[in-house]
Amino acid sequence: MEYKNTLTTCTYCGCGCNLFLETLDGKLTNTTPCKTSPVNEGKLCIKGWNVHQFVQSEKRLKKPLLRKNGELTEVSWDEALSFTASKLKEITQDNGPDAVGFLASAKVTNEENYLMQKFARAGVGTNNVDHCARL
Amino acid sequence: MIDQVRLKIDELLSGGLVKGVLALATANGHVAPCLFQKGDDLGKLSLGDTENPGDARYPLNKVLVTIARRYPDEVFGVLVRGCDERGLFTLYRLNQLEPDRVVPIGITCPPSLALACECKKPFPDEITAGETADGFPQKGVDAIEGMDLHTRFSFWTDQFSKCVKCYGCRDICPMCFCKECSLECEDLVSKGDLPVDIPVFHLTRAMHMADRCIDCGLCDEACPSDIPLRLLYKKTSRIMNDRFGFTSGIEKNEKSPLSVMGPAPQK
Repeated sequence: MEYKNTLTTCTYCGCGCNLFLETLDGKLTNTTPCKTSPVNEGKLCIKGWNVHQFVQSEKRLKKPLLRKNGELTEVSWDEALSFTASKLKEITQDNGPDAVGFLASAKVTNEENYLMQKFARAGVGTNNVDHCARL
Repeated sequence: MIDQVRLKIDELLSGGLVKGVLALATANGHVAPCLFQKGDDLGKLSLGDTENPGDARYPLNKVLVTIARRYPDEVFGVLVRGCDERGLFTLYRLNQLEPDRVVPIGITCPPSLALACECKKPFPDEITAGETADGFPQKGVDAIEGMDLHTRFSFWTDQFSKCVKCYGCRDICPMCFCKECSLECEDLVSKGDLPVDIPVFHLTRAMHMADRCIDCGLCDEACPSDIPLRLLYKKTSRIMNDRFGFTSGIEKNEKSPLSVMGPAPQK
């Protein structure tokens, strides 16, 4: 019998709420907000309260999807990345770098977001950088 | 007080009287529920007090229900304050836990916490450690009752309108265990919409709390909008007490008047 509460940070947005993921015998059973966290003081939003559900969800995407003949199809990371790269090249060559935009995410780290805007500005050459919270 | 609790846990575990003891523990500078098993370090035990008494309480009974569902034949110890013990009695009544498979380890609350909670009974029947403090009158409910109807109506409507529908009050509640929840019934509560359905959302929950709420206050502490939910449930509890002489969890084997067929029990 193994019951554990693992302290972690919510991945949903940039607030950084602390929560405990509760596991019983290795399976996630619940999410509990951390009361001693100075960030969220024992409170969460509806997304945070349900973190344990999406982790184990059957509907969770585990592989990249590419639309082929109008249908989303599972492909390898290599295929997804080379398709994206070739399309990015094609569009920017034909229409200039401002024909594309980059949408950053609250669900990744600060460093990953930094890399993305660097890639957009220095690599591709556009200032079209925005955040998923404004979608 | 904590040493007495440690001793009791050690006694239960080493004597093989329980499979585990559910209490709180400090790890990484934070307090969290912890299942102590034989051989575990009891040095990390916490009673849920950090800067102030009882400021790091968690719904241990809710965790116990989760564990007991997986291990229905085992006996577990559980750390309880007065409200938690009322919770155990209520969960026995609602067939979520079996009394002979639970060994409560009772601690009392200090007067400061009892006052902050306006708790009627800040200690359990069975006390392992601590001095009993007196209960306090529920002045918060008196103040609400003292408002005229119009002011009171606006007060609650304003409070409910702050709701962000996080469902935290339900999710933290040690008395909420239903697999299907009325708050997710789309005939009552619209799904994914804000503002919240006023007053259906909060009054539905208040109705369901009428014979369950054990006044632990965890809902209040979990609410990101500071809606005085505990005050609302204190009021429903007062109605139950005035009409039927019933207070959830105060007496171990008392049935709820809401589950009795026939004429209402007299107070």
